[in-house]
Amino acid sequence: MLEIKNLHVKLEDEDKVILKGVDLTVEAGKVHAIMGPNGSGKSTLSYVLSGRDGYRVTEGSATLDGADLLAMAPEERAAAGLFLAFQYPVEIPGVGNMTFLRTAVNAQRKARGEEEVSAADFLKLVRAQAKMLNIDADMLKRPVNVGFSGGEKKRNEILQMAILAPRMCILDETDSGLDVDAMRLVADGVNALRDGKRGFLVITHYQRLLDHIKPDVVHIMADGRIVRTGGPELALEVERNGYADILAEAI
Amino acid sequence: MNPRSMNAQHEQGRRKAPEMNGNRPMALETDMQAPSLDVREGVDRETVETVANMGSYKYGWDTDIEMDYAPKGLSEDIIRLISAKNEEPDWMTDWRLQAYRRWLQMAEPRWAMLRYPQIDYQDQFYYAKPKSMTQRPKSLEDVDPKLLATYEKLGIPLKEQMLLAGVEGAEAVSPGRRVAVDAVFDSVSVGTTFKAELAKAGVIFCSISEAIREHPDLVRKYLGSVVPQSDNFFATLNSAVFSDGSFVYIPPNTRCPMELSTYFRINAENTGQFERTLIIADKGSYVSYLEGCTAPKRDIAQLHAAVVEIVLLDDAEVKYSTVQNWFPGDEEGRGGIYNFVTKRADCRGARSRVMWTQVETGSAITWKYPSCLLRGDDSQGEFYSIAIANNMQQADTGTKMVHLGKRTRSRIVSKGISAGRAQNTYRGLVSMHPRATDSRNYTQCDSLLIGDRCGAHTVPYIEVKNNSSRVEHEATTSKVDDDQLFYCRSRGMDEEEAVALVVNGFCREVLQALPMEFAMEAQALVAISLEGSVG
Ligand SMILES: Nc1ncnc2c1ncn2[C@@H]1O[C@H](COP(=O)(O)OP(=O)(O)OP(=O)(O)O)[C@@H](O)[C@H]1O
Ligand SMILES: [Mg+2]
Repeated sequence: MLEIKNLHVKLEDEDKVILKGVDLTVEAGKVHAIMGPNGSGKSTLSYVLSGRDGYRVTEGSATLDGADLLAMAPEERAAAGLFLAFQYPVEIPGVGNMTFLRTAVNAQRKARGEEEVSAADFLKLVRAQAKMLNIDADMLKRPVNVGFSGGEKKRNEILQMAILAPRMCILDETDSGLDVDAMRLVADGVNALRDGKRGFLVITHYQRLLDHIKPDVVHIMADGRIVRTGGPELALEVERNGYADILAEAI
Repeated sequence: MNPRSMNAQHEQGRRKAPEMNGNRPMALETDMQAPSLDVREGVDRETVETVANMGSYKYGWDTDIEMDYAPKGLSEDIIRLISAKNEEPDWMTDWRLQAYRRWLQMAEPRWAMLRYPQIDYQDQFYYAKPKSMTQRPKSLEDVDPKLLATYEKLGIPLKEQMLLAGVEGAEAVSPGRRVAVDAVFDSVSVGTTFKAELAKAGVIFCSISEAIREHPDLVRKYLGSVVPQSDNFFATLNSAVFSDGSFVYIPPNTRCPMELSTYFRINAENTGQFERTLIIADKGSYVSYLEGCTAPKRDIAQLHAAVVEIVLLDDAEVKYSTVQNWFPGDEEGRGGIYNFVTKRADCRGARSRVMWTQVETGSAITWKYPSCLLRGDDSQGEFYSIAIANNMQQADTGTKMVHLGKRTRSRIVSKGISAGRAQNTYRGLVSMHPRATDSRNYTQCDSLLIGDRCGAHTVPYIEVKNNSSRVEHEATTSKVDDDQLFYCRSRGMDEEEAVALVVNGFCREVLQALPMEFAMEAQALVAISLEGSVG
């Protein structure tokens, strides 16, 4: 479903190369995890896939269901079914969380030529999902992410994901900064979306999350490349021994 | 541009001036010209702009109707003619002439940060009236259907039914909510709705020309008592040539039973509009008043110089909301309304309270400073403003809070948005007089820049002449945040939608100060007026 081939990316304004030939394929229905040392390029990969400014692709390709992602505007990628749960969710002062969500849902529906969702249906949908993620009515009314705690922000990302129901979900360190219970909620939220058709790319530093969201494939990223790919046991190995052995082997 | 550094810049932009006490007049000035950036995908932007500009001003059509004009230009004869057309008493004619003679001695102010060609005051019509209005219609039924259709097309109800002022597609209107409308078309008032019902409550709501005929005592007592005849160049011009406008009187201890509104439409070409509004809120009364305005698209600029005077006696409260959507000119700066407006509220009575809320999205030139004279002890003035300038628009707007009474309070919240090649200036005065002890002002003044060719300027003047009063001023200037836009877009909104959402969030405090229907209209207007500002 998501196919990344030999992706090379540098910063637009500087001569700094960050991704140096990433190859990665996520099949429909599968959960892939990416682990890797700080600064290895994990977030950059997720930003490039979702179309953030400031990067230049110098080589390679990325497609979603065969469509060239890199040629699309960010909103087109979203309408095509790509979703990124941000490592650092952005605050938007003055814009209510509900308003934001509804604008997003309707924008995607419009782009796909579908009817706008009615206010009543939307409210029902949000309430049900919010309950599952333990998000209260107050958080839905407040401005997007403003004054939210770290954990609340992350849960809010998963709420958006649940409501937008994308085909391909990328989660960038959604587990960082979560307490044990919140981690469970987030993992349950993700698992509820696993329907055999959706793809997941889960970026994380910890086995803890992968205890709850069982990955099919684990990749290790280092210095802008995928240096090793394996099954769930690879994450356990990292947890025990760190990255030193894997990195040494890769060189 | 590295999105991370934007946040840093945003932080730096927030500046809190120390609280100011005592005899320290002070003027802080900030200026920010957007740093120049490379325009990526320049072709795309132009295409988007062109397309967006084609349909952005919804009210640009005109009404084909036969008009009676006074001859072009300005002279004592023209003023006598206007006065005669309105069947005015001699005192009114004299008042106008007095103003005209003063005006001849005055020079057009040029201190504002506005650039526009010299206005030829002799090359304008000062009076234009639909022929069908020559016989004053007795009631709305007698009004020319063409005129009624004009207002219908604008979404302004002139039938006395449950409807809202100037709002299209508003969703949730509480049933039974009614708004009385005075509709002013070029130089004359076409009609006023709900007059009879308002009269039952003792409220007078009519055109100012009618008030001069029917309620001369009130008019004589209060006209020019807030904005004196010779207050400033444009107000003096208005005093000489004003043709119509609205008049409101709320009797003591009366809560006006419905919202009042005036809708101004400029239709005729080459014709200035000079309306005059006088609102008198007697002791313990309350009224909420709305003002809306539009004009056709024309490639020659048109002059608009209005005066609004509000008088508040003890314990009175007035809310005055404006959605100003005069034609802003095209993207090259051709045409548009030159809007020179003097609005002032005089809180004469103790504990009286006035609130100005304005959403300024139209006009090529805006020169406007709705002000509060806080004379009564414990009186309060508030000013909430959104000023959007896109393309070639220029806005120099703000307020004056003059604290004269003890324990007076004022609050200023100004949100300026600049896009395209526009220039947007906030200019505000806060003055604490020696007698205005224990008074407070809070000013928050935020500017937002969209794109790299526009400018935002903040010019606050602060003078404090006693030791017990306090003035707080906060100002921020920021660029629309790339991270926020990307976040919205990654959720599926296109760039314009994302900008509109972020800007509406930026304006939230002011939008909330508006009556509900107006808030929805204003929100839509914010989006429309920013069309083509990104790409
Ligand atoms: N806009 C940018 N400007 C400068 N450097 C950048 C930018 N974006 C990424 N980098 C650099 O690229 C490298 C990869 O960053 P990235 O955020 O992708 O790492 P990561 O694998 O997500 O790290 P972490 O595990 O700490 O989240 C880092 O060295 C980072 O400093
Ligand atoms: Mg990261």
